[in-house]
Amino acid sequence: MDVLTPRTLDEALRLRAETADAWPIQGGTDVMVELNFDRARPRVVLNLNEVAELRGFARENGTLRLGAGLTYTECRRELGETLPALAEAARTVGSPQIQNRGTIGGNLGTASPAGDALPPLLVEEAEVELAGPAGRRTLPLEEFLVGPKQNALAEDELIVAVHVRPSGARQTFMKVGPRNAMVIAVASLALAVDRERGEIRAAYGSAGPVPRLVRAPLDEADGFPDRVAEAASPIDDVRGTAAYRRHALRVLTARALERCAA
Amino acid sequence: MSAPARKLERGRVGEAVRRADGIPKTTGEFAYASDLQAAGMLWGHTVRSPHAHARVGEIDISEAVTMPGVHAVLTHADVPGTKLYGLEYADQPVLAFDRVRYYGEPVALVAAEHPEQARRAAEKVRVEYEPLEPVVDMERALEQDELHPDRPTHEPDHYRDDPRANVVRSILIRHGDPDTEGDVVVTGEYELGIQDQAFLGPESGLAVPDGDGGVDIYVATQWLHVDRAQVAPCLDLPPEQVRIHLAGVGGAFGGREDLSMQIHGALLALHTNRPVKIVYTREESFVGHVHRHPARIRMEHRANRDGKLVCVHARVLLDGGAYASSSTAVVTNASSFACGPYAVANALVDATVVYTNNPPCGAMRGFGAVQVCFAHEAQMDKLAAALELDPVELRLRNALAPGDVMPNGQKVTGSLPVADVIRRCAELTVPEPEPLPRDSLRLPGGSGNVTRGEGVKRGVGFALGFKNLCYSHGFDDYCAARVRLFAGADGALAAEVHCAAAEVGQGVVGVITQVARTELELDDVTLAPGTTSTVDSAGSASASRMTWMVSGAVAEACRAARGELGARGGTLAPGEEIDVEKVYRHPQTWPLDPETGQVTGERAHVAFICSAMRAVVEVDTDLGLTRAVWIGTAQDVGRAVNPQAVLGQIEGGTAQGLGLALMEEIQTRDGLITNASFTDYLIPTTLDMPPVDAVLVEEPEPDAPYGAKGVGEPPTVVATAAVAAALRDATGRDLTRVPVRPDDLIGL
Repeated sequence: MDVLTPRTLDEALRLRAETADAWPIQGGTDVMVELNFDRARPRVVLNLNEVAELRGFARENGTLRLGAGLTYTECRRELGETLPALAEAARTVGSPQIQNRGTIGGNLGTASPAGDALPPLLVEEAEVELAGPAGRRTLPLEEFLVGPKQNALAEDELIVAVHVRPSGARQTFMKVGPRNAMVIAVASLALAVDRERGEIRAAYGSAGPVPRLVRAPLDEADGFPDRVAEAASPIDDVRGTAAYRRHALRVLTARALERCAA
Repeated sequence: MSAPARKLERGRVGEAVRRADGIPKTTGEFAYASDLQAAGMLWGHTVRSPHAHARVGEIDISEAVTMPGVHAVLTHADVPGTKLYGLEYADQPVLAFDRVRYYGEPVALVAAEHPEQARRAAEKVRVEYEPLEPVVDMERALEQDELHPDRPTHEPDHYRDDPRANVVRSILIRHGDPDTEGDVVVTGEYELGIQDQAFLGPESGLAVPDGDGGVDIYVATQWLHVDRAQVAPCLDLPPEQVRIHLAGVGGAFGGREDLSMQIHGALLALHTNRPVKIVYTREESFVGHVHRHPARIRMEHRANRDGKLVCVHARVLLDGGAYASSSTAVVTNASSFACGPYAVANALVDATVVYTNNPPCGAMRGFGAVQVCFAHEAQMDKLAAALELDPVELRLRNALAPGDVMPNGQKVTGSLPVADVIRRCAELTVPEPEPLPRDSLRLPGGSGNVTRGEGVKRGVGFALGFKNLCYSHGFDDYCAARVRLFAGADGALAAEVHCAAAEVGQGVVGVITQVARTELELDDVTLAPGTTSTVDSAGSASASRMTWMVSGAVAEACRAARGELGARGGTLAPGEEIDVEKVYRHPQTWPLDPETGQVTGERAHVAFICSAMRAVVEVDTDLGLTRAVWIGTAQDVGRAVNPQAVLGQIEGGTAQGLGLALMEEIQTRDGLITNASFTDYLIPTTLDMPPVDAVLVEEPEPDAPYGAKGVGEPPTVVATAAVAAALRDATGRDLTRVPVRPDDLIGL
C-alpha cells in the first residue's frame, strides 16, 4: 500500500485526479478501522493530514468556513458559542483520543447514518465545498448525503470545507447509546428553535439510511415529536430495534424542544 | 475500604503491596504475548469456518501454497497425533474434519513471511462445505439430531446417563422431600445472554522448534501444564519435548483455559522448522475462545410465613455450544449453587448443559454461579415482596452457615460468614441523590447529553452470592513450587522461586513473593519466569484458587528450604545452594453420585466464599438508559494477603458483573456472531462504572494457608444480580433477562 502525503491542496487535488483508486484519509478513525479489520486493502492512501488549507476554521462575512480537517476537539473547544449543537455532538464522539483525531471532513466522507456531526450541521443548513479538476462547487449537505455510506463526492474530488451561517437559534444535540460514553449512536437528534425564521428544524441520525432534516413552523411544536419519529425509517440491527429508535426520537424531540424553548 | 490497617513492612503477607507490573502496564512498556519476536519468525493464520454447521468435504490447498511468502498450509491430515483435544473431554478437532460445528472453527493453517501474506493465502484455501441446519436453540437441541458421535454422558462411571439428545452432562439433585409445600410460593423464569471475557490482549503466542523435534511455546495462557497435556498428544510428542512458557497475559477471566493457538503454532513451527507467531485479530478473538454459558432458568421458592425457606425447585439449562470445554464442571457448579447461600431442607435441582452449534462456552469468572445467582436473587426479592418482609431481613433469616447441609449433601465446614457479609454490607451508608442540575456525564446516557433529569428515577438493589474455591468433586488439585536458596558473592542469602502459576492480571506474582518473603524472612526474593520446564504444575489460574494454592506450595517449599538451611548451620557459602520443590494439595473432595446428585464423601467443594452487594442506579425511564451511581459490598476474603490487590479484584469483578447486567452480550443469528468487535460488544467504561465502597470481611479459613481465600469471582457472581435488582426497583419491571436492554427498561 502506498501512502501519498501532499503538502498543499493543489497537490492533493492533482494526486486525487491522477490516482482514481486512492482513499483519502484525514484523522483515520474510520479508514484505519476498515484496514485493521481487513475489510479493505486500498492500493493507495491519500493522506490529507499535512494539507494546511484543510485545517481549522475561519469566519467570512458572517459565515463560518469549517476546514475538512477540523477535529472534534476543536469543535468542542472553539465552537460552543456559535454552533452549540455541533460542539455538543463533538463531545459525544468516541473517547478524547478519537476526538483529537476525528474530523468533520472525515465524517462527511464516511457519510454514515450514525455520523455525529451530520445532524447538527443539517439543522444549521450547512453547505459542503468540494474541489476537483473542474474547480470548486458547493452542495447543500442534504444533497451531499445520498445514501448509507454514500455521498455526492466525485472520484476526482476532495471535501474541502463546510460552510455554515450560524442561525443563532437555540439548539441542542442528543445521542442515545446503551453505554454512557464511546458508543455509536443508536439514535441521535439535533434540534434548533429558530425564532427569527419562525421554524423548528430537527435532524436525526441512525434512524434511516441517511441523517435527515425535518422542519415545522414554530406553532406546530406540539405535534413535532411525532412528526420527527414518523419521518424516520429505522431498522432493527445489533445496536437496537426500529421500535426503540422511533420511540427514542419522540422522547428526544420533546426534550430538545423544552430545552430550546426557554 | 475498611480493612484493618496493618503495619507496612517489607512486602510480607497481609501488607498492601504495589504490583510489580502496575507501572509497566500503565505506561505501555509491559511485553504482552502479542509483542513476541524471534529471528526468522513466520506468521501463522487460521482458516476458519464461515458456517455454524456444515459437512466438510475436499480441502484444496493447491493455490494457497503457491501464494507469495507462504511456507506451509496444513489441514487435519497434517496433525501427527490425536486429532481431538479438550480440557475435560476430548471432543474438539485440532483442525476440522468431516464437520464443522461452530462459526469460526479452525479448518486449516497457513504460515507465511508476513501476516498479510498469510491472510491472503488463507483466502485461497478452498474448502468444500455442505451447509447443515444449525442447532441453535438449547431447548430444542434436546430433541434434534446428535451433533457428536460420542459425549460425556456415555461414560456412566463419571456422569449420569442421560438419553436425551445432545446432553453434555446433566445433574439431578434430590434433597430432603422436594414435595414439601410452603405458605407462600413464588416462581420465575430467567434468561442470560452469552457474555464474553473481553480481555484486551487477543490470543497470541510464539512456537519455536528446538531442532531436535521438540518445541517451545510462549503463550498467554492460564495453566501451562494442562496446555502441555493437551498439546503433546496431538503433536505425537512426549510431554518433555513440549515446553510451555508463560508470555505476557492481557487478561484471561477463564477465556484462556482452553487452547487457542498452541497446537496450531507448534504444528506450523515443526513443519517449517521456523519460529511461528500467531496473533488473533479482535474479530477472531471473539470466535477464538469460549464464552460464559447463556442460560434459561426456572425456579420455584416455597417459604413459610416466618420467612423461612422450606423448598426450592430449580431447573437450569445451559447452552454449551459446539464443544464440551469445561461444561461438565460448569453445570455441576450451577447445580451446587442454584439455591444460593441459603439453608433449605428440601430441594430439587435439575441442571443440564447441551451441545448446540452456537459459540462454544466454558470457563468464565463465576463459572456457573453467576447464572444461578441472577435467578435465585430475583426469587428472594420476589419472596420478600410476597411475605412483605425486608429483602435484607429475609436473606438473614435464611443465611447458610457452617453446620448446614447443602442440597448436594455436603455439610458446610470451615469459614462461611454469610450473615456477616449481609450485615456489614447493609450497614454501609448509601449516598444521597446528587442535586440537579448536573453535568450530563453524571446522568443516565452520560456523554450522550439526553437528559437534564427528565424521566430519571433512582433504584436500590441488594444481592447475595456464593461460590466454591479451588477445583471440586474429587479432582486431584495440586500446586508445585520450587525454591532455590543461595548465597551471593557477599555471602548474603537470596532466593529464587519457581512456580508455574499464570499471572493473568490478578496479581499472583505478588502473592508468591509475599509468601516467600514471609516464610524465608528474606527480602531478596525473585520469581523465575513461569514455565513447564523447571517446575511441576501449579494448576489453573481459575476457580479463585491461585492465592490459596500458591500460598500452600510456596510456604511448604520455603519451610523445607529453611529446614535444610538450619541443618547446614544457618548459612551458605558463596556458590552453595539449596534447591527444593514441594507439591501442595488442599483437603480432598469427592464426586457426586451420578444418580442421586449427592456427594460420595465428606465434601464436594473444599471451601466457599460469599459476598453481599448493594447497588444504586439511576434510570432514564423514558429512554431506558442507566447510570450506576454507587456500589457497596462486603466480601468474605478469609484473610487479605494484599488488601490493595483484593480491592482491585473487587472493583474489576464488579465491573464485569455490571457489564453482564447492562450491556455485554454476544449476539448470534443462526449460530453466526453478529457483533464480534468492541464497537458492538460493549463493556463498561469509567463513566459506566461507579465508585465501589468495599468492606473486607476477614474470618480466616481454617483449611487455607494463612486463612486466605481467593477473591476474584464473588464480585462478578453477585454484581449482575445486585444491579438487576436496582433496575427493578427503579422501573418497577420484572427484568428477567440480562443484559437488560433499553427496550426492557421502558417496556417496549
